[in-house]
Amino acid sequence: MKTDQKNFVQKKDIEGPSAPQESRWQEFWRLLRRNRLAVAGLVIFVAFFFIALAGLVLTSGTSPVFDPAMVRLQEKLRPPLSAPRVEDLRPEEIPTLGIYLLGTDDLGRDVFSRMLQGAWVSSTVGFVAVGIAVLIGIVMGGIAGYFGQNHVRFNQIFVTIALLAGAGLLMAGIIVLGIVFLVVGITGAALSRQWKRGLLKGRLKPWDKVFFARTISIDTLIMRLVDIMLCFPVFFLILTVVALLPASMYNIMIVIGLTSWMGTTRFVRAELLSLREQDFVTAAKALGVKDWRIIFRHMIPNAMAPVLVSATIGIASAILIEAGLSFLGFGVPPPHATWGNILSDGKRFIFDAPWLTFIPGFAILIVVLAFNLFGEGLRDILNPKLRERY
Amino acid sequence: MLLVQDLKVYFVSDSTVARALDGVSYEVRTGETVCLVGESGCGKTVSALTILGILPQPPAQVRGGKVLFEGQNLLDLDEKELQKIRGNRIAMVFQEPMTSLNPVFTIGDQISEAIMIHEKGGEREIRKRCIKLLQDVGIPSPEERLKDYPHQLSGGQRQRAMIAMALACNPDVVIADEPTTALDVTIQAQILNLFRELKQKRRMSLLYITHDLGVVATIADRIYVMYAGVIVEQGDTAHIFHDPRHPYTQGLLASLPTRTKRGGALHTIPGTVPDPAYKPAGCPFHPRCQFAIDNCRSQFPGMCDYGEGHLSRCPVLYERARPPHGAA
Repeated sequence: MKTDQKNFVQKKDIEGPSAPQESRWQEFWRLLRRNRLAVAGLVIFVAFFFIALAGLVLTSGTSPVFDPAMVRLQEKLRPPLSAPRVEDLRPEEIPTLGIYLLGTDDLGRDVFSRMLQGAWVSSTVGFVAVGIAVLIGIVMGGIAGYFGQNHVRFNQIFVTIALLAGAGLLMAGIIVLGIVFLVVGITGAALSRQWKRGLLKGRLKPWDKVFFARTISIDTLIMRLVDIMLCFPVFFLILTVVALLPASMYNIMIVIGLTSWMGTTRFVRAELLSLREQDFVTAAKALGVKDWRIIFRHMIPNAMAPVLVSATIGIASAILIEAGLSFLGFGVPPPHATWGNILSDGKRFIFDAPWLTFIPGFAILIVVLAFNLFGEGLRDILNPKLRERY
Repeated sequence: MLLVQDLKVYFVSDSTVARALDGVSYEVRTGETVCLVGESGCGKTVSALTILGILPQPPAQVRGGKVLFEGQNLLDLDEKELQKIRGNRIAMVFQEPMTSLNPVFTIGDQISEAIMIHEKGGEREIRKRCIKLLQDVGIPSPEERLKDYPHQLSGGQRQRAMIAMALACNPDVVIADEPTTALDVTIQAQILNLFRELKQKRRMSLLYITHDLGVVATIADRIYVMYAGVIVEQGDTAHIFHDPRHPYTQGLLASLPTRTKRGGALHTIPGTVPDPAYKPAGCPFHPRCQFAIDNCRSQFPGMCDYGEGHLSRCPVLYERARPPHGAA
């Protein structure tokens, strides 16, 4: 009997065993492309990044390509795209492009150069502040999520207070008392270690019960701190701090960073609470991996998706806060141009020279919008549950 | 090598105390494969996690007993000392290869981490060892697999990778917690063969936790049968399979489908496993036991010695028993 050839599949038709061929980036890109607004956001994000870099390179130094501080009083409040009156200017005063691309302000400074410089300020403030916030958020959230069930014990509070008081007194110049407190703190810490081993082996003395009394859980401690921080009207908190500290770009970054870590903490804690029950964490423990390594090497990378999203959106709000501070005159100090203080300077001439307010205003609007759109696109991509919508 | 003595682990909640392990003792000798057999929830995994000290406490509480590893009580060690033993001297293979590997790292990263935390060595040397390990556990083209993420491997390969991680530091004891349960039968057979080969090559001891008697018969040197947090019978594989002396073991073996008898319903043990929080008084098995007498309801049975290391926790059968092994 002849074999029916039709029932056999030619070998070339069978596909080889196929592991997913797409790399992570290819998959990311494929999903991102479906969301046009997010792509637009990403394009502006990248463009803004390069403009900011250009802003740093081209506007700093002793003889910058675009000089944002060059004052030409005879050329003040020229509208955008107007040509300079070359005959009135010294050679070094002529704008590099041969034209005032975005006009000039009330001192005749080139708004284009100032916007370039401001872009660098805005992006640094945004990235650094969010970097600080994310760092604090990850550490706090990591501790709350992983060690949350553990309780702060009385001896730990005692030692901490003693050490802090000692250090404080030393700095205040009360040296003898400070040293006494420090010694008490260090002895307490040493004794705690000794006693803890006894505690583990179940040999409890009556006064150990007091010394090791459980107080609140670590989770409660950190999460209530987050709640307290969230209760402050952040902008006014920042205003107060900035008013007290000497005005500088770094102080502003640090202050914004220190007041915006709460969201990240919550995200990270929530993620870690669910990751902690995963088998691979138990497996890592069974391999003898240390707790801190489990948190930061095994769990945090799995929890990065919401953090990245909130960081992207966080950059936008940091830029807004910085612009707001500069507008109120508490921001980066004057010789430096920022979008906020260009806006602020321009508001007096809003009817005579509307470009002075509209150009930085639009720049802030577009960048913040782009970051938000990209952040939301990122969230849809990184969270598989939201993908189904498309 | 590894000796668990009278281990008691209770899960304590506000209203109840669940006695997950109620005085469990077992021993794993050097170069031996010991199987811990029992139904779900009888405390097999809890005892393994207690050995390594990774049982979440609370809610669990170790209420007594010892875990002696080379004469050292692991329950007395603090976290740092335990970390040096975990993965290095005693390693564990988990049940679910799908979830026991970290999804964001490559196989190579995870295996080399296992080596890196316990031993020092250059990057190239560690890479070589990883490749060797993957070869040993039978993963084809190991150089390329090192770069793969867990989701790119099949279930069997992932379990092989898990085994490679466990073997990375040449542990003296490997605890395998139902490593083949999530795999299909052919892969299961391959993994079991792998365990047997590795055990012979590396002279390690294996504590194999399972509920599958078919697996037990292939791999075990000695067997401990657990029921409701208690070891009810222990002995050599041959004794347990051919001459079980506890009604529970007898019931389990009778429930296995056989090839010789066709048709007819399979044997079942009536009733269900007791809730560990509300265990019956006396012998935990008595409500389901056909031999139960009044004493079983009130008194906790002791171990009855049948000789040659075959012990059973059923005095009723012991009294009726034929002469113990070895005797005339």
